[in-house]
Amino acid sequence: MKARKKKSHTKEILHRLFKNKLAVAGLVVIILLVLVAIFAPFLAPYGYEVQDLTATYQFPNGTHLLGTDNLGRDILSRLIYGTRQSLRIGVLSVAIASICGITLGSIAGFYGGKTDNILMRILDIYQSVPAMLLSIALAAALGPGINNAILAIGISTMAEYARMIRAQILTIREREYVEAARAINASDARIVLKHIIPNAFAPLIVSITMNIGNSILAAATLSFIGLGAQPPLPEWGAMLSAGRSYMRDYGYLVIIPGICIMISVLAFNLLGDGLRDALDPKMKN
Amino acid sequence: MARYILKRLLWIIPVVLGVTIMVFTIMYLTPGDPARMILGSNATEEKVEELHEQLGMNGNYFQRLGRYMKQVFIDHDLGSSYYTGVRVTDQIKARLPFTLRIAGISILIAACIGIPLGVLAATHHYTWIDNLAMFGSLFCVSMPGFWFALILVSFFAIKLGWLPAVGIRSWTGYILPCVSGAIGGAAGLARQTRSSMLEVIRQDYITTARAKGQTERKVIFQHALKNAMIPIITVLGSMFGSSLGGALIIETIFSIPGMGTYLTDAISKRDYPIIQGGVLFISICFCLIMLLVDIIYAFVDPRIRSQYAGKGKKKQKKEVR
Repeated sequence: MKARKKKSHTKEILHRLFKNKLAVAGLVVIILLVLVAIFAPFLAPYGYEVQDLTATYQFPNGTHLLGTDNLGRDILSRLIYGTRQSLRIGVLSVAIASICGITLGSIAGFYGGKTDNILMRILDIYQSVPAMLLSIALAAALGPGINNAILAIGISTMAEYARMIRAQILTIREREYVEAARAINASDARIVLKHIIPNAFAPLIVSITMNIGNSILAAATLSFIGLGAQPPLPEWGAMLSAGRSYMRDYGYLVIIPGICIMISVLAFNLLGDGLRDALDPKMKN
Repeated sequence: MARYILKRLLWIIPVVLGVTIMVFTIMYLTPGDPARMILGSNATEEKVEELHEQLGMNGNYFQRLGRYMKQVFIDHDLGSSYYTGVRVTDQIKARLPFTLRIAGISILIAACIGIPLGVLAATHHYTWIDNLAMFGSLFCVSMPGFWFALILVSFFAIKLGWLPAVGIRSWTGYILPCVSGAIGGAAGLARQTRSSMLEVIRQDYITTARAKGQTERKVIFQHALKNAMIPIITVLGSMFGSSLGGALIIETIFSIPGMGTYLTDAISKRDYPIIQGGVLFISICFCLIMLLVDIIYAFVDPRIRSQYAGKGKKKQKKEVR
């Protein structure tokens, strides 16, 4: 009898992921969002800054599929360009948070002892300020603007990664393959980067995926209180904030950007959930 | 147990010191000069310097930090607003109840919706009820809270006129802010409850309880839910932190005179004493809540309680020897 061909670990994970319909739906939405962001100039019927003061506050119609705002700007075009900003915020803030967090967590977990104790106590202090409050305080300190919002969100959420990677390292650092790497005189950086982090990858990738959605949400909140993207940049949270003043008569100015935020965050959450189940089926509850 | 509580209480001291330094540093690095904002752009350099001295903004970082630490921890004074001159502590005393009430009621609503929904999903695992509950909660987690608040305002306040859109003149003023603050938490709690209930439901003691002939209701609520409470309590505790942070936005939308509006207003005006004092106070509240969560663990889970008791007894035995 022929032995059954063994599937590779990655293939098995992908197989489990693609069996999850909701995760696939999330992935499809994310791919669409990325494509919209890349091809925004070709997809948008108008420029995001183009004003038509003779066509302000137009409800969705044939010329402007999602209507126009108080300055006569086409909402659909602004939403399409806004995809770029929201994805940029989500990806970059998570990149900052994960790089800083992984570095700190690796140092704490790998060296242990006093270094670990000091770093963890600093993180305790850091996490005793609610994350949203810290983001707002940091964004206020850095000044309004999309780049500063990215930095503020990244810095205020890095503790989660640090704790996660530290916990992973504590379980991994005594394994034989780490000892073997030490025995062949591999440097600390090499051990962490080549042996420890890849083995702590599963919870990390789930957290990164989910946090992209959360960062988009946090950035929208910052923009809503005027600390994120500044006009005329079309970020979804900023569009929602601008539409708030006209909500009574032109509800679509608030509803449409909100739906865009929700769909994109939902897509990242669905994919994150699916990845978690695919990477560790035991966790599938 | 008492030793543990004391140890945790003592740990709050360095945390508060650390938060004070951190918040002071953030504010120190903030661009923009409050003295110039107060006096206007036409003010002379001498007048600006004079106001710097008056506000305690002269000197280098360490001198200013030292002065601030002394003011907070020795004189027990969080300072006064640069603009109104009103003491920050007095304002916090007046405003904190609004914020705590909104955060508290939001958490209560979230618990009342989220926990039963999570239990329902877990007890109907892999059925349409489970799928609907979990997709619904994921949907709510993904929804911007401030957007939901605006939708509620436009429907219940503007369109139907049932509830006030802004301010708190009676209890009805709390409904919209609390519901909009609760929705995300309820969803998160439902997800957590479901996953910890599913872990517990497969344990042998649940099978034993069923085999003993206990009613399903008793099995779920007395045996399973009680044992699944630890992670749920953790989420409830951390929800309090996010509620306090979220209050900044919710209070701004509903024009509630709480800590949120106080802080957002201060941030736009660079009113450092308010920002520093407000953030410090909220952090202390958060630390105390997390301490409370740790103590509740011991009351909910006898294993944790016996751990502390065990430590105490072991020590006593050693001393006797």
